[in-house]
Amino acid sequence: MRTTTRRGARLGVLATAAVLVLSACGGGSIDEQTKANEEQAADSGGECGELNMAVNPWVGYEASAYVVGTVAQEQLGCTVNYKELKEDVSWQGFGTGEVDVVIEDWGHPDLEKKFFADQGDGSAEDFGPQGNVGIIGWFVPPWLAEEHPDILEWSNLNKYAKEFATSESDGKGQFLGADPSYVQFDEAIVNNLDLDFKVVYSGSEAASIEAFRKAEENKEWVIGYWYEPQYFNAEVPMQRVSLPAYEDGCQDDPQKVACDYPETELKKIVGTDWAASDSTAVNLVKNFEWTNDDQNVVAGYIAADGMSPEDAASKWIEENQDKVDAWLQQ
Amino acid sequence: MTTTAPAPPRPVEPGAAPPVVPDSGMSRWIPAAAVVVLWVVVWALTKGSDTLDLPALSRTGLHDRLTEIQNGLLEGRATNPVMQFTNAIADAFRATVAWLQELVSKPAFPRPVPQIGWLGVTAIATYVALVVASWRIALLVLASFLSFGVLGFWDESMDTLIVVGISVLLAVLIGMPLAVWIGTNARANAVVTVFLDLMQTMPTFVYLLPIVLFFGIGTSAAVVATLIYALPPIIRIAGFGIREVSTTTIEATDSAGQTYWQRLTKVQLPMARKTIIVGLNQTTLAALSMATLASFVDGPGLGKPVLQGLRVNDVGTAFVPGVLIVVMAVMLDRTTTAASERSERVARGGDRNPLRRRIEVVGGAVVALVAVYLSRTYVSLADFPTYSIGSSISQAVSDAVEWVTTTFGGVTGGLKDFVSTYLLNPVQSVLAESPWYVSFAAIALLALVFGGVRALVITVVCLLGILWLDLWNDAMVTLNMTLVATVLVMALALVFGVWMARDRRVDLGIRPLLDAGQTIPPFVYLIPVLALFGPGRFTAIVAGIVYAAPAAIKLVADGVKGVSPTTIEAGRSTGQTTWQEITKVQLPMAKGSIVLATNQGLLYVLSMTVIGGLVGAGALGFDVVYGFSRSEAWGKGAAAGLTIVLLGVMLDRITRAAADRRRDDGPGTRRAFNIRLPIGPPGS
Repeated sequence: MRTTTRRGARLGVLATAAVLVLSACGGGSIDEQTKANEEQAADSGGECGELNMAVNPWVGYEASAYVVGTVAQEQLGCTVNYKELKEDVSWQGFGTGEVDVVIEDWGHPDLEKKFFADQGDGSAEDFGPQGNVGIIGWFVPPWLAEEHPDILEWSNLNKYAKEFATSESDGKGQFLGADPSYVQFDEAIVNNLDLDFKVVYSGSEAASIEAFRKAEENKEWVIGYWYEPQYFNAEVPMQRVSLPAYEDGCQDDPQKVACDYPETELKKIVGTDWAASDSTAVNLVKNFEWTNDDQNVVAGYIAADGMSPEDAASKWIEENQDKVDAWLQQ
Repeated sequence: MTTTAPAPPRPVEPGAAPPVVPDSGMSRWIPAAAVVVLWVVVWALTKGSDTLDLPALSRTGLHDRLTEIQNGLLEGRATNPVMQFTNAIADAFRATVAWLQELVSKPAFPRPVPQIGWLGVTAIATYVALVVASWRIALLVLASFLSFGVLGFWDESMDTLIVVGISVLLAVLIGMPLAVWIGTNARANAVVTVFLDLMQTMPTFVYLLPIVLFFGIGTSAAVVATLIYALPPIIRIAGFGIREVSTTTIEATDSAGQTYWQRLTKVQLPMARKTIIVGLNQTTLAALSMATLASFVDGPGLGKPVLQGLRVNDVGTAFVPGVLIVVMAVMLDRTTTAASERSERVARGGDRNPLRRRIEVVGGAVVALVAVYLSRTYVSLADFPTYSIGSSISQAVSDAVEWVTTTFGGVTGGLKDFVSTYLLNPVQSVLAESPWYVSFAAIALLALVFGGVRALVITVVCLLGILWLDLWNDAMVTLNMTLVATVLVMALALVFGVWMARDRRVDLGIRPLLDAGQTIPPFVYLIPVLALFGPGRFTAIVAGIVYAAPAAIKLVADGVKGVSPTTIEAGRSTGQTTWQEITKVQLPMAKGSIVLATNQGLLYVLSMTVIGGLVGAGALGFDVVYGFSRSEAWGKGAAAGLTIVLLGVMLDRITRAAADRRRDDGPGTRRAFNIRLPIGPPGS
């Protein structure tokens, strides 16, 4: 017992000594930086204030959110709060002021009904397209498209249905459905086109990506719901299977869908109160527009190169200040 | 062979060793087998009709009505007085968390750093550990806090500790009065238990959306969600401890004319103290296990980087914060346990060396204060310096997992197909493709066989509830996965449990891994498991096993260890082989623990249903995720959540009733049944 006490005391002394040495050489004093911060706060007028940016859970979204957020923070002096939320929770937050901006919306008619002014409580509003075009469809891994090019036509799918069978698909071909957050009509499409497939939901984007990656590596047969913009397509360029072309109205009755998904113009949705405020970030979000390629670059920095979202955004901004300048114009 | 019953191990021949009580369980397997055979025959004739199958993205009128409740609340949120009240509470939570964050984890403007830097926080934590526990624990705390910073997650770790701390404090404030109530009033106990079961088995995803509605997004939602999940253990366990205080003691002191209050504070609470501390310990660990889920509604802390790892599909990114959650769990577990042991010692005989103690307390305080001062003065002592070791570890883990998946991809696929074809599919076919009334009747009959009339009644009530919730087919598919996973869990539990009980070194080696398996967030190992097995039911089962097997293994190991050495000696003297010793003495004598392990295995596996929904297992787990993801389907998610609760209650009551009917059960088993979640330090 005595020895442990003594050892403890010795440790304490050692630690204190180490700390003193460390503090002598490392870093500056906190007081100086505090004063600097105070002066800076007095200087800036605080025109931007706080920006509450929802971050929905996919990498492409994260890329858009952090690019806008970083510009707001670095070039407009906003305090940006990133809020990691699913879509529905984000929309709920407009009314309470907890969320100001959803930067990439793939279309949520039911939420628009609840929160837009014409039918709902008017806490949210459409802030126009953000430039990305969402392409949803049925995709196969590239090796499959190469070895069986005719698979890219839906009418040939039944020929190969048996090859897609798994332990989960009851002897039929397995069609890999996606994260339940997304709008999906695949069960109806399979039925109405008389395809010998069963829809099995992967449950999450991570699960779908692992399935596609594995399929490409081991030349396994996989077909599933997939989309663009999506950083993973840079690693494995998934190939789209053409379904009967989309026509207006062919998705109106969810049970009768027998056509492909339309291209979706991704939008910005913002809180009405925030949009009416004099925050300088309102203008930035209003002007923000970029392309699928832009987004894929940033998403690739994050997911493939393992950069933090902040670093990835800063890197892209540095390389593309001209585009950023366009957003900052009045 | 189809195994449809909950999976107690195959019974052993009775009466081999002298002290073994004749086994009443043997006979139950014959009628059970008869029910199963009959079921299979009827299934073969009626397969595919009246299965009540509902497509994954379809909803029924009931589900839409449930959704309407949520929508109604949303529409009226500006004027709802209850919400105004809860929002006021939420503001208080937010303010408290924000204040604590400025104290230890976030820059307290205009300061560039928090009020107290890492050095001060670490010193205070170590000092507290020294005062309430011991030098050894203090060193453990010191090492844990340093690891938070060195691995690069200081701020997140502090945030998690803040949320856990506030939630546990509230859980004690709310839970202890309730525990006293249920500990002294049998009727209250029966009522409260229903709510506790609901809180512990209802999937968090179901109540996250309503929580956001009532308490807002972020820290306030995180505190409330954590509180809901962390509250039951302390009520349950502390209540149990108070109830167990011997009646003779109470009568003896009552005769001295004490008041109710005196009895409570002078007799019941002090005598139940050890159990209450166990409850506190379990509540703390339950709170920690919510860290990741709370991050789904922007709760701060280590859950965020774990979810980021899931988003970018990189196991390494999620691994380091996941391990830190384990480190935190071990730290809190060992500290609370050691603190309770110490207080016990002090209460019994006081400190052996008061002078030394005084030096420790005063000297430690001085060191801690100096550290706080320094951390308020120098940036490098406030802001944890950046080390590259964290990212090196995550890179190494990613590489290792990559190697494993590419090397063993073929083998694992075969395993998945084997289990799916020969175990999952046939059982699922019988459960889910029989007409609903056939499965209903067969399950009810099995409940009667194993648990008697009481179990039958509860089972029928639960099954009627499931039927009403319109997700019968999904419930059967989920039940199938739960049963198959539990069979595999019990196989592991028997093998490793016996091995650990028979060899102390194995026990010491495996325990930390079991603790880690129970506390690491499942989201960390989802990615490698997905890479190995692809999306599907088997992947969900593997995740369930990783989570459930540790608890079952520990229970079996402790049960086998508890077999009296004289019994074993007696057997050895008659020249038993090791195999005979295990199968004829140790396992039969530990049967109570094995049934308990089965019970816990079932409930743990069931609690992973929602995780299964994220990896392609479909059924109820998918429904819950769907309801959480799309608010127009919230009602379906809620119905699925309630169905999971009903399945859990049903399986729990059947196995409990089965245990109660065993004649050889000492009070030990029943005692253990009341204390859930047996996570603990080695050798406890």
